Amino acid sequence: MKLSKQDIEHVALLARLELSEDEKDSLTGRLNQIMEHFGKLQELDTSQVAPTSHSIPLQNVFRHDTAGRSMTPSDVVANAPESRDDQFVVPQVVET
Amino acid sequence: MIDYEPVIGMEVHAELLTESKMFCKCKVDFGGAPNSRVCPVCLGLPGSLPVANEKAVEYVVRAALALNCTISEESLFHRKNYFYPDMAKNYQISQYDFPIGSNGWIDITVDGDTRRIRIRRVHLEEDTGKLIHAGGNESLVDYNRSGLPLMEVVTEADIHSAEEAREYLVRLRAILTYLGVNDGKMEEGSLRCEPNISIRQKGTAKLGTKTELKNLNSFRAVFSGVQYETERQTNVLNEGGKVIQETRRWDDANNRTASMRVKELEQEYRYFPDPDLVALHFTTDYIERQRSILPELPDEKKTRLMEKWGLPAYDAEIITDSRAMADFFEETVEHCPDAKTVSNWIMGDLAKLLNAAGLDISDCKVKPVDFARMLTLIQEGTISGKIAKGVFDDMFETGKAPDAIVKSGGMTQISDEHEILGVIDRVLGENSEAVAKIAAGDMKPMGFLVGQIMRHTQGRANPEVVNRLLKKRVAEPAN
Repeated sequence: MKLSKQDIEHVALLARLELSEDEKDSLTGRLNQIMEHFGKLQELDTSQVAPTSHSIPLQNVFRHDTAGRSMTPSDVVANAPESRDDQFVVPQVVET
Repeated sequence: MIDYEPVIGMEVHAELLTESKMFCKCKVDFGGAPNSRVCPVCLGLPGSLPVANEKAVEYVVRAALALNCTISEESLFHRKNYFYPDMAKNYQISQYDFPIGSNGWIDITVDGDTRRIRIRRVHLEEDTGKLIHAGGNESLVDYNRSGLPLMEVVTEADIHSAEEAREYLVRLRAILTYLGVNDGKMEEGSLRCEPNISIRQKGTAKLGTKTELKNLNSFRAVFSGVQYETERQTNVLNEGGKVIQETRRWDDANNRTASMRVKELEQEYRYFPDPDLVALHFTTDYIERQRSILPELPDEKKTRLMEKWGLPAYDAEIITDSRAMADFFEETVEHCPDAKTVSNWIMGDLAKLLNAAGLDISDCKVKPVDFARMLTLIQEGTISGKIAKGVFDDMFETGKAPDAIVKSGGMTQISDEHEILGVIDRVLGENSEAVAKIAAGDMKPMGFLVGQIMRHTQGRANPEVVNRLLKKRVAEPAN
């Protein structure tokens, strides 16, 4: 599969990246190279291999349902670019 | 005109009643100051590590079993990636192709017909934060809710009317509250329902374009919303238009739906297994242990109440919609075994008072034993049915025992014939005109006279005795 410039624009939109025309052209080429490498991997016969979701042989790691301390609201918003009344300020959103 | 029918699938989100959040130790409670229940895991700060809440997983397994689902041997948490400030980390931990439960069902009864609604999946995820519009072009974000354990239950598109949609939700809510995994409070948003609705020509299989409804905060809203949306789509098609795939918001004040946003892009959430969270593995032993501790569920309880107490199916269904209601009924009939009277009062006066006060029966001040005592006072003739309503209002308001209310309010019913005769004679003496009419064969003033007698006794006279004695008196006057 070959990626078009439109594909790059779409992926950039999903990732909220603003790209210049030059960057789009350059990334189209470079991402297509990466796709070729994956294409090579696809050639491997994995029909006898179970899907892997994790590389470590661990399962059922749980914590007990006990409540502990949280941060103070002022610490929570300490890194926010903008905050008010201990809440994060973001551009208006039109949804609930 | 073409006959259309709605095709509805339901997506329900239920907040789980745990002490702590899904992947961290922040306390679950509502009404806290903004961002007071937030930690590095909630915010997705570098170096933080989410760890799954064991109780939340158990709750979802139990719910899935109660919904007749198959429990996956292996289940995974995935990251659902999107940019929206309701999550601080730009993804929501959810489940994708390996949900905890799948292929279940709920049976619902509408107009006497029982239909099976298939459950496609039951999965576990984290809730999102709350956005508050601050006015201007800004919103404020509070992450207290983000990371709460949230269960999602998705049906197949098996629902074909607003009644069925509501009934499905009533039964699902009953099951979840019986299990104690959710509080069932739709108006507070701890149980949220998002139906997707399309219409198709009756008798055909081809599905139309669907819309999704949000902001349905009550059973009534679910019913009205689905009904409205069905009619709206029918009108669009009948006028030659096209239904657009979009999310629509139910506007409860104006009883209509309005477009929220058109989904221009098919959402691309780029799901992948969360590398921070290892797989869940459920052994047969574990699953059977969870199954063995399931409580009596609404359908079983309904059957039992019908068999043990002779309740009609309709009463049993309504009483078992809530576990607290069913418990209240059962405790009451232990003390007052007239089951039908008990269920009439619960479905009538009690339900009315609870609705008016906006209370759940679990918040009701009336104790079942006092409720039973009040019904016994009526049966024994100590108070009249009419007086009982006032006594019950007082009990509901104050939580006082009925005997105390009856005694202090002087509400005891008067059945003593001698005492009632005295009142009758007084009333007859004061109303010679009415008496004369009756003597002349015009029985119309009888009702007036009964009213006067009741007034003189503050409504406490036993009406049956009053009627009997009054008839006798006008037929054969004392002097």
